[in-house]
Amino acid sequence: MSILVDRSTRVVVQGLTGSQGRFHGLRNRAYGTQVVAGVTPGKGGADVEGIPVFDTVKEAVATTGANASLLFVPARGAAAAVIEAGEAGVDLVVCITEGIPLHDEARAFHHLARYCPGTRLLGPNCPGVISPGRANLGITPGEIALPGGPVGIVSRSGTLTYQALHELSRKGIGQTTCVGIGGDPVPGTGFIDCLRLFQADPETRAVIMIGEIGGADEEAAAAFIAEEMDKPVVAYVAGVTAPPGRRMGHAGAIVSGGKGGAAAKIEALEAAGAHVVLDPTELGARMASVLRA
Amino acid sequence: MRAVDLLEHAGKRVLAAHAVPVPVGHLAVDVDQAVAAGEAIGFPVVVKAQVPVGGRGKAGGIKLAHDASELAAAAGAILGMSIKGHLVRRVWVEEALTASRECYFSFTFDRAAKLHLGMLSARGGIDIEEVAAEAPEAIHRFHVNPLDDFGEADALRAVQAAGITGDTVEPMAALLVKVYDAYTAEDAELVEINPLAVVGAGRVLAMDAKVILDDNAAYRHQGWDEWRHLEDLDPRERAAREKGLTYVGLDGSVGIIGNGAGLVMSTLDVVSQVGGRAANFLDVGGGASADVITAALEVVNADPAVRAILVNIFGGITRGEEVANGIVEALSRVDLRSPIVVRLDGTNAEEGRAILAAHESDRLVSRPTMLDAARTAVELAS
Repeated sequence: MSILVDRSTRVVVQGLTGSQGRFHGLRNRAYGTQVVAGVTPGKGGADVEGIPVFDTVKEAVATTGANASLLFVPARGAAAAVIEAGEAGVDLVVCITEGIPLHDEARAFHHLARYCPGTRLLGPNCPGVISPGRANLGITPGEIALPGGPVGIVSRSGTLTYQALHELSRKGIGQTTCVGIGGDPVPGTGFIDCLRLFQADPETRAVIMIGEIGGADEEAAAAFIAEEMDKPVVAYVAGVTAPPGRRMGHAGAIVSGGKGGAAAKIEALEAAGAHVVLDPTELGARMASVLRA
Repeated sequence: MRAVDLLEHAGKRVLAAHAVPVPVGHLAVDVDQAVAAGEAIGFPVVVKAQVPVGGRGKAGGIKLAHDASELAAAAGAILGMSIKGHLVRRVWVEEALTASRECYFSFTFDRAAKLHLGMLSARGGIDIEEVAAEAPEAIHRFHVNPLDDFGEADALRAVQAAGITGDTVEPMAALLVKVYDAYTAEDAELVEINPLAVVGAGRVLAMDAKVILDDNAAYRHQGWDEWRHLEDLDPRERAAREKGLTYVGLDGSVGIIGNGAGLVMSTLDVVSQVGGRAANFLDVGGGASADVITAALEVVNADPAVRAILVNIFGGITRGEEVANGIVEALSRVDLRSPIVVRLDGTNAEEGRAILAAHESDRLVSRPTMLDAARTAVELAS
């Protein structure tokens, strides 16, 4: 078992004819992912190394039975493309695009929530999701992942996600699914969504969670871990010594109430029973000892 | 996420463009312009330093002037002063108004709720953060779904819920609606009005304005470039920005270069754990080419405080041989003052390490792990 994606996932790549879409779409297909269609408005009828290209996601879904979209559309058009995918009825939209304007991103998120409740959004500004040996939707280098489980990974940081995969694989510990939720202001899928799925997934025995400074999502995840999870969680939070972020007027201070620092997140995770490491390269070794226990 | 942090004068211009009432004012870069502005507006006027930090009033950056000679003296004193490290290059001269009441109002995005957040308080002014801490109920908070409008009726409810009564209610509600228009139409991350002043019967206006724009939306707006004020940036940050790198200057001696904000932050953490201090945060982003790596080394090398440079790369879409080639290129092209310690892992790391091994010296050292690399860099820097 895996979460979010598996061998049956049929992927339409929005922006397949662009350089990023083409490179990663073909790489994902070479990994074994069922990449069944591409979408580029105005290029319907073309193909990319045998993958048919359509003008709209709706046509791609109707013709190929695609049930997930992977999005490499440039930032200016990405929010509209997310909405288009939701309205075409795919179950999952993975938005890799970074640099989407905040107000567009917020509208796209709420459009899906209100009008397309059956569609889950992952991202934007994320590396995607890989279920090793089954499917890779995104830019994660597949060769650093190891199939077979039993560890699930959920991370806010792209590069540290790769680091975690690498550390586990090097120790011979496989992964069920690795989810990069992205670091944008309005992530479609959060820590708790993924933790809940991992908790319910019989193949996942333990979870790695990678957080960052800012916001209170790690604290909320810690509460979920304490109340709803019996699977062990190994956690890392980046930014213990990071410079203070941009000051968002008084409003930022009033909303955060002085929270958002790494120390409070680490404390909350430890109090919830998570095994917190202070160096991301220790994730593999700590997980090995947690799995032995 | 990058942002365009507007000075007061630009923030007020943005608000005025959406019909939010603001005091009459003019920008001045020297004493003559300031005096001309004062004479055009009519005395008394307030002279306000235009700097990208708060607390300028306490620092002497805001002065009242009743006539031209007072104005010349005030502008002369404020222009050229330094407020929290920021040189005052311009002042805003505006009509002096007496507020009978100072309120607070802002729109920002609430990440936890994923909704726009309005905050209105009848107890505004410089102590608003204390009000928030001591009497949070004195700040009325309300959410707006980005798909919905925020109209007159919503605004009236908000004003009443904040405990504001009398002939201020309607003009304030009208102002709130216009602020929401400005916040959404201008792609702002924050519009904050403090104080939101009541001056005389039923007249409400934005006495100060803090506006932060979302740089991701710059492509669909005109005129943002003149508001960026790159000359106010730390020179190291300016050089990095010109090369398209994400850089934050710090005060240690270990220069840091990495790919991905999370990895760079964690590099800072590990350097600190082994007893060192980072000189900067520099993220080359995803898919960095050899040229970008060379440019990053140039930027870090230009910082005189740097004694060792730690390059920490985990390749995903960034490829190891590109990183190695960039480092080798910098060795031959840039007069590097400090030794470089490299930790390279991930995509094509083997190829990259082989390239580096051929150039290994006391100026270029490879280390297999992040921790080893941090230790070596900290030793070399001390």
